[in-house]
Amino acid sequence: MSLDPLTRRWGLIGGAIMAFTGAIGMLVSFDERILISPILSLGYLTLLLAPAIAGHMAARGKVSVLEEPEHDVAQGAQKGLVAGLIAGVFAVVFMLAVNPFDLSEFFPNINDRMFDMMTFDFGLGLGSVVLIVASALAGAAGGAIYGLDDEPREGVFRSAIWVILFSLFELVVSDVIEVDAIVDLIYARGGGLHIWSAIIIGVLAWWLGVRYKGRRAELTQMAKDSEAGSRLRWSLIGVAALLVIVLPMLVGGIVNELLINVALFILMGLGLNIVVGLAGLLDLGYVAFFAVGAYGMAVLTSPLSPAFSPELNWWVALPVVMVLAAIAGVLVGTPVIRMRGDYLAIVTLGFGEIVRILILSDWLTPFLGGAQGITRIPGIPLGATSVSGTSPELFIYMTMLLVGVAAYISYRTQESRIGRAWAAMREDEDVAEAIGISTVQAKLLAFVTGAIIASFAGALFSAKVGTVFHNSFDVLVSIIILVVVIVGGMGSIRGVALGALILIGVLGGPKSQGLLGEFAEFKLLIYGAILVYMMLQRPEGLLPSVRRSRELHQEEAAQDAWLDKKGSFIEEPEASV
Amino acid sequence: MPLLEIRGLEKQFGGIKALGGVDFHIDEGEIVSVIGPNGAGKTSFFNVISGMFPPDDGTIVFDGDNVAGHLPNEITKRGIARTFQNVRLFPNLTVLENVMVGQHCRTKQGIWGTIFQTKAQREEEQMIEDNAKEVLSFFGTRLAGYRHDQPAFVLSYANRRRLEIARAMATEPRLILLDEPTAGMNPKETVELTELIGKLRSDRGLTVVIIEHDMKVVKNVSDRVVVLDHGVKIAEGDYDTVSTNEDVIEAYLGRPHGEAGDDEESEYE
Repeated sequence: MSLDPLTRRWGLIGGAIMAFTGAIGMLVSFDERILISPILSLGYLTLLLAPAIAGHMAARGKVSVLEEPEHDVAQGAQKGLVAGLIAGVFAVVFMLAVNPFDLSEFFPNINDRMFDMMTFDFGLGLGSVVLIVASALAGAAGGAIYGLDDEPREGVFRSAIWVILFSLFELVVSDVIEVDAIVDLIYARGGGLHIWSAIIIGVLAWWLGVRYKGRRAELTQMAKDSEAGSRLRWSLIGVAALLVIVLPMLVGGIVNELLINVALFILMGLGLNIVVGLAGLLDLGYVAFFAVGAYGMAVLTSPLSPAFSPELNWWVALPVVMVLAAIAGVLVGTPVIRMRGDYLAIVTLGFGEIVRILILSDWLTPFLGGAQGITRIPGIPLGATSVSGTSPELFIYMTMLLVGVAAYISYRTQESRIGRAWAAMREDEDVAEAIGISTVQAKLLAFVTGAIIASFAGALFSAKVGTVFHNSFDVLVSIIILVVVIVGGMGSIRGVALGALILIGVLGGPKSQGLLGEFAEFKLLIYGAILVYMMLQRPEGLLPSVRRSRELHQEEAAQDAWLDKKGSFIEEPEASV
Repeated sequence: MPLLEIRGLEKQFGGIKALGGVDFHIDEGEIVSVIGPNGAGKTSFFNVISGMFPPDDGTIVFDGDNVAGHLPNEITKRGIARTFQNVRLFPNLTVLENVMVGQHCRTKQGIWGTIFQTKAQREEEQMIEDNAKEVLSFFGTRLAGYRHDQPAFVLSYANRRRLEIARAMATEPRLILLDEPTAGMNPKETVELTELIGKLRSDRGLTVVIIEHDMKVVKNVSDRVVVLDHGVKIAEGDYDTVSTNEDVIEAYLGRPHGEAGDDEESEYE
């Protein structure tokens, strides 16, 4: 049998991923997190997922639109086996190459623990064989899964995903369940699912998926129908709202803390979404408005504000902060009004840094405390108590309130006169101007609205943390907000929320840890990988807005429209003249 | 008093004089064609009138006010709308949205109305939608029904041109500038559009300036024809006068050699 070049390529890619994740210490670090006790850790999952994906891709072969893909388990397994074998050999070659080429000089994370892990604690000799065999088997499994028919394949994916979700979200699930006895039934003491609870979850996910398959089709059909659809939508929104209200009561402080971070990024994401997603102004210095909100609130409420400390109540200070942010929006917006695309991005990037450096400058240090920052910022007074980061169970509701406000503003503006003007401006600025839209006004309005929403986040941030320092507002924050918006789906409110949940909640934000502490070190790497993947495979984001996906898939949409209305196209020429 | 009166309009791009002192006027309710060979400055003429480029010199008096150097959106608001030679729609907006957005300068609800969903805001949204549908109905069944919700980029070339005219009409202009409205259309569609241009005046009461290469269209729609060449007006008058004018023939065909000139006049028929 000759070696299919595609199989070879995927095998090498899989092997490279295995070697790379080992070399940077990701495997060892991920090995701390046990998924299924005692057999599977996140590290081994990562190690074996690479050949499995390689096997899957090799079995898929070249994708052709015209031909139905073949589904043959044996053939898929065979191709996958070869790809997995290549991957395993690559990984072993890498391990053998470490000493002769002094690779550990470049990769300080190459150490004995990595070798122990990659050789399954069998030593380099026997371990290499084990690794190759395991990798080949993983590849074969990946390939065989591709060979399955649609229904069982989806079942396997669904089961695997639910098991992994349940084990990754151990903290959340056990917080929600609360009763220790039940938690112990599902999770092992040292973390991770029991083998049999994993099996039960897998089987349940499979069974429920098959059971409700018909139901789902029915529901999608219902959603298309206008009346039943709107009832369905409202009941979904109701359930979601209920969940949002109840969930923080069930989960503990750590998860609530995470949710607050997520909510802050949803807020900023929504604000940036107005500027970038709706109005099409690529703003890379969005953190500036966050800083204005945070420092504004700090100065107005903290008794230790260096020069001017009115010690206002948070609620009284909020409108003032909003006005300050609006002024900042105009100040940043005015000079860049005639700039487009790349130039706008670079200049706003500069503005973002300027704000941070100004905070440190001699000129503003007497007012903003410079490197010392401003401390002892009080929480948000709510009745007799004061809500701050020390009581995340209450603070989360404050953030949710403002997220709700921001989401409502985005939702309303999207389909309005202003939203249409922004959309037109994003599509073609000259023409927008020529048909009577004042682009100066429209741009300033976008900047100001975005700035005010970011100032909400800033105001919450300073009340939560109690201190503000310049280094909370560096350029990375701007970039990450943008990544949240891009990954989630530009122009889409749900998308931004999902993006923030995944990136900030699970992986962690620029200054905060996510749900999985193991990811902290590799956060930016994973961000980058996700971003590259999204740009290649799904540039419109996870939950895109209709307009945005049209933009990126014009050709397909044009074909669909033609196919949908083929009849009308044929009759049309006779219809007039 | 003419609706639009232009005197000594000049525009230079680098070393090229796109417009070298053009005088032009149009009365309310007139249809005037602007013709001329490629590169004669016709589109530059439109770009300067619509404010996309400020003129270097000259006055553009529209309805009694000099609008030279104003921003395009201000000029549109005063009542001059235009279409583009290389159709420039908002491709990812739906057909209806493309026309709705044209009403921007005639409506006024701001961010507050939008956020609080005031009664005035809801009424205005409804009005914008109704007006947009009404404007689209001007094109018969071409842009009706299911087309409303299709994104503009799926439209055929001719429909894109129609939609662009609809978008210009939605700005409620008094004067509409059409830049080669029939370019790329088949003969049947051209005839149809020619009729519509006539209806722009008779049904909508618009004054029309049209740049056109199809001489049949020019002959059928225009009250008056203005010929530009190298940024200068070389002839003006009704179609028959202009089409027999020596300078015009020369501009299009070059200096005739011997007998050649007579045959080539058929080009204009």
